[in-house]
Amino acid sequence: MFYLGSGQNANTPSEPNNLKGTGKIPTPPGNDWQTRFLELAETAEDPRLKRFYQAGIDAGITDPTTKLSDVPLLSIDFETTGFDPKKHGIVSIGSIPFNLKRIFNQQAKHWLAKPRRSLNTESIVVHGITHSQIQQAPDLLDILDDLFEVISGHLLVVHYRGIERPFLDVALRERIGEGIQFPVIDTMQLEARMHRVKPLSLWQRMLGKKETSIRLADSRSRYNLPWYHPHDAVTDALATAELLQAQIAYHYAEETTLADVWC
Amino acid sequence: MEAEHIEILEFIKRYPPFNELPDEELERLAQAAEVGYFKADSKILEYNQIINDLHVIRSGVVEVYRHTGDLHNRLSDGGFFGEAGLLRTGKVRFPVTAIEDTLIYFIPGTQFNRLYDEYEAFADAVEIEDRERLNRAVTSREGANDLMTVPIANLLSRAPVSISENATIREAAEKMTSDEVSSLLIVAEADAPSSEATATTEQGSEALSGTAANSSIETPNIGTPIGIITDKDLRKRVLAVGLSEQTPVHEVMSTDLVFVQHNQHVFEAMLIMLRCNLHHLPVLKKDKTVGVLSLSDVVRHESKSSLFVVSSIFRQNSIEELATLVNDVQASFVRMVAEDANSRMIGSAMAVIGRSFKQRLLELGEEKFGPPPVPYCFLALGSMARDEQSIVTDQDNAMVLDNSFDPEKHDEYFRQLAQFVSDGLDACGYTYCTGYIMATNPQWRQPLKVWQKYFTDWIDEPTPESLLHASIFFDLDGVWGKLEFANVLNKLIQRRAQRSNRFLACMARNALNRTPPLGFFKDFVMEKDGKHNNSINTKRRGTAPVADLIRVHSLAIGSLARNSFARLEDITEAGILPPGRGPDLRDALEFISMVRIRHQALALQQGEKPDNNVAPSDLSDFERKNLKDAFQILSSAQRFMRFRYPNG
Repeated sequence: MFYLGSGQNANTPSEPNNLKGTGKIPTPPGNDWQTRFLELAETAEDPRLKRFYQAGIDAGITDPTTKLSDVPLLSIDFETTGFDPKKHGIVSIGSIPFNLKRIFNQQAKHWLAKPRRSLNTESIVVHGITHSQIQQAPDLLDILDDLFEVISGHLLVVHYRGIERPFLDVALRERIGEGIQFPVIDTMQLEARMHRVKPLSLWQRMLGKKETSIRLADSRSRYNLPWYHPHDAVTDALATAELLQAQIAYHYAEETTLADVWC
Repeated sequence: MEAEHIEILEFIKRYPPFNELPDEELERLAQAAEVGYFKADSKILEYNQIINDLHVIRSGVVEVYRHTGDLHNRLSDGGFFGEAGLLRTGKVRFPVTAIEDTLIYFIPGTQFNRLYDEYEAFADAVEIEDRERLNRAVTSREGANDLMTVPIANLLSRAPVSISENATIREAAEKMTSDEVSSLLIVAEADAPSSEATATTEQGSEALSGTAANSSIETPNIGTPIGIITDKDLRKRVLAVGLSEQTPVHEVMSTDLVFVQHNQHVFEAMLIMLRCNLHHLPVLKKDKTVGVLSLSDVVRHESKSSLFVVSSIFRQNSIEELATLVNDVQASFVRMVAEDANSRMIGSAMAVIGRSFKQRLLELGEEKFGPPPVPYCFLALGSMARDEQSIVTDQDNAMVLDNSFDPEKHDEYFRQLAQFVSDGLDACGYTYCTGYIMATNPQWRQPLKVWQKYFTDWIDEPTPESLLHASIFFDLDGVWGKLEFANVLNKLIQRRAQRSNRFLACMARNALNRTPPLGFFKDFVMEKDGKHNNSINTKRRGTAPVADLIRVHSLAIGSLARNSFARLEDITEAGILPPGRGPDLRDALEFISMVRIRHQALALQQGEKPDNNVAPSDLSDFERKNLKDAFQILSSAQRFMRFRYPNG
């Protein structure tokens, strides 16, 4: 879903099982996003970032008591050239706004971006994206206005938090000199809560028991969601949004609050 | 940048009503679609709620209910719902519940209504009125009805038989005898199947390679023949003139061959034969000779027509001879289906054939047992009397005897005659009636006055039980003897039945004993209680209840017609049905009948025993959809009948 494998890391699993992963975003102690956003709205230099934090506060996406059903959600998916935000770059972003009842395709967005790194290998493997499309794509800096327009005031939803948040943080540091922080709902982590309450014991592993897969497609099939072709940012965003609707329908009550699901 | 919604686009383009839309419309729809997930057992639409979208099922299963709570439909992937509300009041008419986890694509109502107005095919596919869709299906089939459409290739039953130009006349005659053909194609020495000569022409090498591949067996097709000889040539050009049997065939063959193409129609071949006075035409397919069409092939084809069968019935002189016609009857049935005849044509052709068997058997019987001691009338009952016979049918018959009938003196004669006819019919494929409604049963071999009393009792003192097996007698037709007796009984029924509300109510109640299923779901027949069956009896659950229902209305208005379609015309004219329901019922009967008939024709073609049980897996989506519509029309007609003839 989220990386365009280049030759050097073709063996990397496309979704690492270690959820701690590479995501180095400092989540605030006790997930106190309210305080963190208030601080950042003060201290951020870039006006777009300032607006982003303020819009988040206004929309209630930082208040742990807000009901999930009242929050504007945005499913977002990055296609990247690898897993390490320090070494790899973003080539494609897909996003779709939604709530627990409806997913709004009409407002879906799709951007291609030319990463500043990792384009040296012979193979940007290309899930529908050609090398020349990427060569002709703008730098992320040029689409930032649009991107902020879309993400502001929404709680972001991803499948595996180790990609979108850290990659965007690093990309912004490099381009505007300051990073970004925000809460996300990670459908992969919600799935892990259901299926990986405890790590497998040595005994279970000796018996050959395998961890339940919490990859996007496998997770979806547990809710009888259809199989979608992976590796298109918009389709993956749609797939993730549908998965969250299903997870909430199955495992959470109507009055679920952000505190129950975000990270 | 606008996002492309590949998954949604690829999905909707596969299903009606979207599959005939142009690409740009599909892309617009995929853009505009919204998506929602419904866990199993959750409500998707509630009665009377505002509806803004067409709901398309991406995956999962839903059930659609009537306002009354009755199950109306069950849909899965690719199914859609909500169109009725969108096109009318903007409110939900049929509530919907997910019965499995379901993902819905919502197509905005504004887009839906626009497409409905702009694209006829889209509107057709959506068509909220079941009956309209069915009517369209029936008329489009009738339009295809053309008896001149059979291609020549259909009549060819074997590969062409050929021999080298240098073979002797004797060799040719031997080959014609061993291969049982009346003509032989003559090919150049180089092309000959058994030739060892070196190929010298391009055509020759082609034929040779074909030969090599098939060793010494006849090749399935050969190159262009240079001539032909026939039985008639051997007689006229060889025997009559005393030519040596060692003469090479090329000296007596006909040259200047007249070819036809495999895809020309049979009637064109007939015209060519007439014009050129030829009885054998080599048939070409892409420069290869694939067979020879002979006049006898054409005659045999024609002989499958029901008229031919009828005339040959009257030429047979024993039960054994009549029984040999069973294959011809089946062939004419299959042929009428192949030529797209409608159910009324097929039903009446089969009834005419059945009636002819009876008439010929009675003729033979009277020869065998002597002339009848008192006048009598032999009756056909049920589907034969209605001109709605299929190929799977039992014999339902009876005898009405003159009132001067004296059982002591006369019954032995009629018993023997009835037995003879009944056995003969059984031998000809009309099996004995399991309900014993046959003239062999003394109860149904009675003088006219007894029959009059039967009908008077049935009509004046009815109970559902007494009428349970009697309804078949209300479709009655005289086929032999004193036909006035049948008319007297039909008039009696006509006069009395329409005056007796109790009788009509009992008949209506019995007509509700057999109901149609709800529809289909995956490869099952779905019943109203949600249960599944593997197949549906198209007679018991389809054509029979429609005929029953039409009979009740027909008795109520005093119609003298017996055919269901004819009765329906009278009923519609009498104005006792709500507007439009008469034509709906006609279409429903036609469609169910044709599904049944096609199913039986297919079985015959595959050498299986035909029956009435159709499995959903054998139906096309088109047939399922229309059958389901027909069932719904029948259901609603049954509801109306219950209300029209209330229990006294």
